[in-house]
Amino acid sequence: MKQILTVANKEFHDGLRNRWLISITLIFALLSIGLTYFGAAASGAVGVTSLSTTVASLASLAVFLIPLIALLLSYDSFVGEQESGTLLLLLTYPLSKSQLLLGKFIGQGTIIALATLLGFGASAVLLYFQLGDSDILSAFGVFIISAILLGLSFTAISYLISLSVSEKSKAAGFALITWFLFALAFDLALLALLVGVEEGVTQQGLTQLMMLNPTDIFRLVNLAGLDSSDVNGALAVAINASLSQTQLFSALVAWVILPLTLAIFIFKKKKL
Amino acid sequence: MNTPLVSLVEAGKAYDQLDALSSMTMSLNEGEVLGLFGHNGAGKTTMMKLILGVISPSSGKVEVMGMAPDLKEAWHCRSKIGYLPENVSFYEQLTGLEVLTYFAKLKGFSKKQAVELLEQVGITYAMKRQVKTYSKGMRQRLGLAQAFIGEPKLLLLDEPTVGLDPIATRDFYKTVDQLKSNGSSVILCSHVLPGVEQHIDRAMILSSGKLLAMGTLSELRQQAALPVVIKPISFEKGGLNGAVTQNTQLNGFLTNDCQNTLMVPEHEKLRVLKQLLNLNGLDDIHVESANLEQVYQHFLSEHELLEPKQTNGGQG
Repeated sequence: MKQILTVANKEFHDGLRNRWLISITLIFALLSIGLTYFGAAASGAVGVTSLSTTVASLASLAVFLIPLIALLLSYDSFVGEQESGTLLLLLTYPLSKSQLLLGKFIGQGTIIALATLLGFGASAVLLYFQLGDSDILSAFGVFIISAILLGLSFTAISYLISLSVSEKSKAAGFALITWFLFALAFDLALLALLVGVEEGVTQQGLTQLMMLNPTDIFRLVNLAGLDSSDVNGALAVAINASLSQTQLFSALVAWVILPLTLAIFIFKKKKL
Repeated sequence: MNTPLVSLVEAGKAYDQLDALSSMTMSLNEGEVLGLFGHNGAGKTTMMKLILGVISPSSGKVEVMGMAPDLKEAWHCRSKIGYLPENVSFYEQLTGLEVLTYFAKLKGFSKKQAVELLEQVGITYAMKRQVKTYSKGMRQRLGLAQAFIGEPKLLLLDEPTVGLDPIATRDFYKTVDQLKSNGSSVILCSHVLPGVEQHIDRAMILSSGKLLAMGTLSELRQQAALPVVIKPISFEKGGLNGAVTQNTQLNGFLTNDCQNTLMVPEHEKLRVLKQLLNLNGLDDIHVESANLEQVYQHFLSEHELLEPKQTNGGQG
């Protein structure tokens, strides 16, 4: 355990030193405060709009940003150390591969989690003082927790990438493709399936397909509870056949644990 | 009761088609310094990785401190092993002290020890600076400090003196001698370097994954049967001219291309020297035994004669 914490501590401090924590926090804070206050600007009014609109717009932005940030933060975790030779050296230390991986995960995961909590939490607190509505805290609570899980999931996915390639530049390329597939292409494909193939999938089937993509689970978690007039596309269909929040959260947690376990497995098999 | 610290019994490692190391048998005792020589792809690094337990042998047996180093049970031994990899660039954005503290903590030591080690390798003045500002020599010193964490019983150093200036090299060998007298064993892996001879007890010469020769330097010299080069010198012009050529006991050793240079087998050395001392007009004699580099060259070229050029691009 001590070894894991030593590695986690180093990774966390790397995140602080590289200004990752501060910049992600700022991006999230600006984004959420901006959307909260100016989300209704299109309809001519400035000021706090409805809670559901705010969460809906935050969620649709976060779903692109968080995976991208997590992938950027972690894609070179292993391949970078392999290139500089420190990976081989670390493995001659009394430190197991899973300890090293978990240590990195805890360190970088803390950066993502803390930035999400501080960034989005800031606007939740601001909104709460403006409106005094306790629904705000619970809606933001769900949003923040699912956003953290989404970030952790993509951190684990980027370890898979980082452990499977042998060059840093390749890892960067794969990270970009991964982001594109999960955040954009997957939904387009679903939509095409819905529209193009008559009676191709049932509502049930669609929701199950969505479990294959952590970003869609994140969307479902945050949009299911909202007025469906704020939601459109494939999601609206899926929401009607909605799963319970507990099921959705379990699916998100699974999307953290499964890639992480697979990453440990790949690391153990990796030739040095 | 004298179990060796490291022992390899017919240990081999094959990657796909390539034999990086084949059937190696050797042992290293406590307090012994072993030089491991061979050019790139000879299997030096593979052998080190086997001893470190980072890879497992595909055949044969490796034991370090009485255990197979790739087993989980052998892990507590790892804090007693120091390793300096050939190519390592430490976390550039960290300071020297931060890097060393991280590694020290992973071995169960504290920041205090890290500072002491930086003092030992002489880069205390730069310990608060980021590693990216370090010169090649400073990085190498940092790497050495890393290998010395926790006074290891076994040190594996891959090209330790690359990038070090002569003074730092001298300091480095002093540290090796010191570690040796404390009972640590050292494996020095390098291309053959001048000055390494005095500091190693035994040498191993590898080529394309095979052991060419192993033994103390004088044993290797004997095996190689390389001649001693003797040069009688006279300060007067033409002082010795003819004297050597006319001496029937000496002229057999004369080289063709170079006048006044005798190539004498080791066992004939004293007899020839006595003869030379009797010559008139002799002012000085140069005697030069074959050095490690020549012995190394000898074994390599002998190997190449036996096995004409194989294609091989091995792991370094």
